[in-house]
Amino acid sequence: MSDLLLNLALILVKLGLIFAVILSMAAYLVLAERKILGRMQLRHGPNRLGPFGLIQPVADVIKLITKEDFVPDQSDKWLFLFAPGLTALTALLSFVVVPFSPPLAIFGRELPMVVCDLNIGLLYFLGISSLGVYGVVIGGWASNSKYSLLGAIRSLGQLLSYELSMGLALIPVVLTAKSFSLTDIVMSQADWPNLVRHPLAFLIFLVSIAAESKRTPFDMPEAENEIVGGFHTEYSGMRFGLFFVGEYINLVILGSMLTVLFLGGWHGPLLPPIVWFSLKVLFVAFCFIWARGTMPRLRYDQLMHLGWKVLIPLALLNLLVTAAVLLALKG
Amino acid sequence: MASILFYILGFVMLAATLLCVTCRNPVHAVIYLVKGFFALALMFYLLGAPLIAAWEVIVYVGAIMVLFLFIIMVLELAPREQPQEPGWQRWVPGLLLAASIMICTLLIIFQDPSAASHGPNHFVGPREFGEALFGKYALAVEVVSFQLLFAAVGAYYLGRYQPRRRNEEDQT
Repeated sequence: MSDLLLNLALILVKLGLIFAVILSMAAYLVLAERKILGRMQLRHGPNRLGPFGLIQPVADVIKLITKEDFVPDQSDKWLFLFAPGLTALTALLSFVVVPFSPPLAIFGRELPMVVCDLNIGLLYFLGISSLGVYGVVIGGWASNSKYSLLGAIRSLGQLLSYELSMGLALIPVVLTAKSFSLTDIVMSQADWPNLVRHPLAFLIFLVSIAAESKRTPFDMPEAENEIVGGFHTEYSGMRFGLFFVGEYINLVILGSMLTVLFLGGWHGPLLPPIVWFSLKVLFVAFCFIWARGTMPRLRYDQLMHLGWKVLIPLALLNLLVTAAVLLALKG
Repeated sequence: MASILFYILGFVMLAATLLCVTCRNPVHAVIYLVKGFFALALMFYLLGAPLIAAWEVIVYVGAIMVLFLFIIMVLELAPREQPQEPGWQRWVPGLLLAASIMICTLLIIFQDPSAASHGPNHFVGPREFGEALFGKYALAVEVVSFQLLFAAVGAYYLGRYQPRRRNEEDQT
């Protein structure tokens, strides 16, 4: 019984820590994005509050909480209120299976540095990320506004199409690691990161997660100069904030998945594992912000063309070749 | 304990499915059906098939119901253009179903604490599942996948046929 309670307490502590770290990381990513984009456009970005504008996220949160929480007339009230929470929650849930450091030995017990090392961790991640669509779509539909509905339809089509290429790009990684567990996948990259072993799968996965995170150049669902704000047009205050933060949490999660699956996870020379992991995740996040500063938005037909006619066939071919090579090496 | 949970989940699933077919609002119906699938996934887990439970969520909730939603969205049915249930009927059943699924999940975790970290020993892992699927039952799997291919080609043919006719009508 005491073992059960100890395990439960450990899991709760880990969940609390992850919750705090991810939320503050998401809040500061917003600031980092504004600063970096500002620099790229020869501006300073927010720099009034505190040194280098470091208190800006706190001010943003206070502003969002004190704003009026507006529910449009003629909307589906309950679903409208419920949708933003669903988006933020599904984004947070994925982090349960991400290992950020090798197991630590404390008090003679081995403490895995992951909330729950599922033997189907990768499947869990794919399942949860496909649930993320619901928040966006239900929010957009329940708003009862043309722009929101258009945004919802766009994000549905986009997420559905790119999920396929994302899943297919991951199978070669599973084939080399011989396991769905993310810890085993990181362990299998001790010598070489999967980036070197599966460069094509890496590229396909990178493009797919850019589309999954609904960021430029794939930000059709919220293209502000076509459909106002897309699915979150009608939202205000903290409910809009939840959609917004959910997007940045998603960025952290997808960055961590890219790190775990292709960049070798916590492996790296000299520095402690957790520092390597954070550096890699932050680098991926920086690259996404960089892409937003430099790339134009695709058209929707180009997006669908890229997804269905380029990425999915390429991913299938890559899978076939990888499987054949692995089989030949084995035999 | 497990059998009591099984019957509770069975009831939740039946209730959710019943609400799904009686609900006039298509998006609400989809949400009820999603809850039914979650209850079904938990039932598979209780029966010792966590992998099937995961597939249930990934395939049915994550892909097929999303496609259903896509169709509903494309039909552009705004929330108020279709009949609404009065007041409490709109949120009480959904909330009750969600709450009972969550309580069952918590009970399963507490009843079987190792499930949270390693998964019990008698459960079938992905490796054994894959070996059974592509070894012992390979022929059945191939037959089923051919069936799906036929269905996909048939759907493609039907989908292609309609717009061409409409274009001809436009021209005349």
